[in-house]
Amino acid sequence: MNPLAKLEAFKLDVLKEVGNIGAGNAATALSRLLDKPVDMNVPTVSLIPFERVADRVGGFEQVVIAVFLRVEGDAPGNMFFIIDEHSARKLLRNLLAIEPSEEAGYSEMEFSALSEIGNILAGSYLSSLADFTQLCLSPTVPAIAVDMAGAILSCGLVQYGEMGDSALLINTTFLEGREELAGHFFLIPDPESFDKIFSALGVPNE
Amino acid sequence: MMQENFVKVGMADMQIATTGAILKTTGLGSCVGLTLFDERSKVAGMVHVMLPSSEIARETPINIAKYADTSLPHLIGLMKQAGAEPRRFVAKMAGGAQMFAFNSKSDSMRIGPRNVESCKEMLRQFSIPLIAEDTGANYGRTIEFNSSSGVLVIRSVQQGVKEI
Repeated sequence: MNPLAKLEAFKLDVLKEVGNIGAGNAATALSRLLDKPVDMNVPTVSLIPFERVADRVGGFEQVVIAVFLRVEGDAPGNMFFIIDEHSARKLLRNLLAIEPSEEAGYSEMEFSALSEIGNILAGSYLSSLADFTQLCLSPTVPAIAVDMAGAILSCGLVQYGEMGDSALLINTTFLEGREELAGHFFLIPDPESFDKIFSALGVPNE
Repeated sequence: MMQENFVKVGMADMQIATTGAILKTTGLGSCVGLTLFDERSKVAGMVHVMLPSSEIARETPINIAKYADTSLPHLIGLMKQAGAEPRRFVAKMAGGAQMFAFNSKSDSMRIGPRNVESCKEMLRQFSIPLIAEDTGANYGRTIEFNSSSGVLVIRSVQQGVKEI
């Protein structure tokens, strides 16, 4: 059995707060970029079987745009910022006044813009988390992909594969109301990182 | 028209199919979909390999379908029980992409190519010929393996549909 399955409820609450603070800051950053209010859902934190990791973004085969950063430093992990194609177009239209062509995929310019947006948002997520925990967390340069959600998210599960068939995901969704823009953050700390996060936050370790 | 009968193969899972059923696994990224086929008995098998070697496993008991080195011998056994003859086996595989390319100290980013190498090494050990593959590159794949024809259909967002 996965040792993380035994995490007590209050520890899961601590991780929810981690997701809340990180995504809260990212939502603020996005709100400034868009000059519009951005809402955020309460984070979900749970040990999810590999088969179901993509459920929140529409299933394994759903095509999504994902910006991926590997987090290095004291508490390594994987971070994904995932949006659907509809939201990606809205973002490009709102922020850059680019009207992406419907069928031809994305141009290099559009890719680069989306990657930068992901970078800003993930960066603000992580920097607030680093401030909050006093841990050193440094993201790698972001990589972007448009592909099936399962193929993308499974890249973040390798560290969990060695110890079981499920992974602990901190998932936050934000929405920009009238434009129906939705995005997802997935923070997947490496299994070894949880003790560091908990001890940095003064959570007693039995 | 015969109703198509799909057998879903999950992540780190293996299944066999006979009598025309189609084995399907979705969203292969760095994972590898390895298939075996015995044309005479029409027994097909598929495994969704996630990691190259069980040496790094820290789980107990281990999920044998997850690792390249443990899954192949087990799949051969399952197919034998279903009436297949291992000497006639031919293999095909797809997946093993490197979805994101960037510089990182982390070896886990190279997991796709390592999965492919490890599957090939296992096939060599069991003297099973690899007759077709669609591996590597940087995109995800969904695959369907037909147990009556042995045709492997590969779908991807960027490259469309391909048969090997």
